[in-house]
Amino acid sequence: MRRFLILFGREVSSAFHQPLAYVVLFFFLIVTGFNFQAGVTLLNTGGGTVTMVQAFFNTVYFWFPFVLVFPLITMRVFAEEAKMGTIETLMTAPVRDFQVVLAKYSGCLFFYIILWAPSLIYFLVFREITGVKAAEALGSYFGAYGMLLLMGLLFTAIGCLASALTDNQIVAAVISFAAILGFFFLGLLSFLLPSTGTFLRELTYYLSPVEHMMDYSQGLFDSRPVVFYLSSTFLVLFATYHIFQYRRWKS
Amino acid sequence: MIKVEKLTKRFGGFTAVDGIDFEVQKGEIVGFLGPNGAGKSTTMRMLSGFLPPTSGKAEVAGFDVFLDSLRAREHIGYMPENVPLYPDMRVHEFLRYRAALKGVPGRRLKERVGDVLELCGLKDVEKKLIGNLSKGYRQRVGLADAMSHEPDLLILDEPTIGLDPNQIRLVRDLIRNLRRHHTILLSTHILPEVEMVCSRVIIINKGRIEALDTPQNLRAHLAEAGQILFDAIVPDARAAASTLRSLESVQSVSHRADGEWTIFTIHPKPGQDPRESLYEQAVENKWRVREISRPPVSLEQVFAEVTGGEES
Repeated sequence: MRRFLILFGREVSSAFHQPLAYVVLFFFLIVTGFNFQAGVTLLNTGGGTVTMVQAFFNTVYFWFPFVLVFPLITMRVFAEEAKMGTIETLMTAPVRDFQVVLAKYSGCLFFYIILWAPSLIYFLVFREITGVKAAEALGSYFGAYGMLLLMGLLFTAIGCLASALTDNQIVAAVISFAAILGFFFLGLLSFLLPSTGTFLRELTYYLSPVEHMMDYSQGLFDSRPVVFYLSSTFLVLFATYHIFQYRRWKS
Repeated sequence: MIKVEKLTKRFGGFTAVDGIDFEVQKGEIVGFLGPNGAGKSTTMRMLSGFLPPTSGKAEVAGFDVFLDSLRAREHIGYMPENVPLYPDMRVHEFLRYRAALKGVPGRRLKERVGDVLELCGLKDVEKKLIGNLSKGYRQRVGLADAMSHEPDLLILDEPTIGLDPNQIRLVRDLIRNLRRHHTILLSTHILPEVEMVCSRVIIINKGRIEALDTPQNLRAHLAEAGQILFDAIVPDARAAASTLRSLESVQSVSHRADGEWTIFTIHPKPGQDPRESLYEQAVENKWRVREISRPPVSLEQVFAEVTGGEES
């Protein structure tokens, strides 16, 4: 555990040692701020069928930075060490492979959480100024942020996997971006497919992040996405662990 | 300290290391010598637990490097070729992180980092970013990292490559001072370095060990077959050469002119020394002699001989 914490600390500090972190944080704040403003506009004009939380988490302005940010967070983690050769000193220290993989993954996840944390303030400000509740119930917050975390778990894992595949950060970013975007659009298919009840529609509905977020941000809890995100995260991390080992062994 | 048996590494169809065996005792400094691509780095990577071997086994400090890798690694300080470091960290931060990672307990961290900073002459750059350091300093940071957890064995892959002569001397002195506390396995291209620092030499070529001995023995071994220079004024060089060739202890003679002098290069028969009879010949024929000598054989020649390169 001590070794894991040391590695985790190193991951977090290295994430914040690079200028990219601040560029990402800055632009992310701008885009989510804009998203929030768009949500307020929607409430002003559209009438009272949605709450602020729902308006915030279900727009294209939310999904766009959400999908884009994972490759930027994760592309570095394995690819950079492989490129610089520091993987050699790292893996000849008495640390286990899974400790390294988990530490790197947790480091990325930590940055992801830092990225989203300020958005909570928006809702507080909203209530303070307008006197209107941002959500009907507390469950709406838990739902939306819980789903944000669940999706983050999986997509961060996908990014780590892509980074473990290559020495090149750009290649890693492109792979994870393509994979995440592909998954995201697969979920959108459920809106396009006409009839309910067909297998493909059921499947894409089951996988759709957009659907998940729509339910959860209303405070509707459904156990299926939880199982899906947790199990697939585990699967992807497991693959990452093996690819990480495999690439070292054949180098 | 190190025990290697039939260690083999294949990459696809290419055999990088081909069934090598050797042992290193505690307190030795062993030089690993060989041309590029001979398998030095691969062997060191396997010993440090970074690469698993295709077959064979290796033990460090009594722990199998592959089956008991974590415990073996605790006894190894490894500095890879080109010294990869994190450029975004400060020197003391980096060493602290590495020492902690390698199991130095929290209360001893400060003392350990202070010690290696002192030992490697890094005190004046401890607050600098590693990315801003010169090559020589980075090499020393790498060395400081390798010994930060007081390992029994240091594995240094080309510790002096790319340094200027002054820096090479500094690093070399550092390594020599380390011998009191550590067993050291280092690889290098620089032959005088091996002679100066190492107590034993392993010459490796195409994945096989070609020679394993002390530098002195290796040299003595080759010296038996070494050449002799005979430098004299003779009336007729060809005639003189054939006279010399007829000597019992001489294998072959070649000659070239140097002004009025003729320089003969004489290969003696194995284990024989014809210098006395050369002198007698010179006296007999009234040749004026400038030099009869047996130039010392350098490790470079041993190296060239053993690895099948061109003799210098």
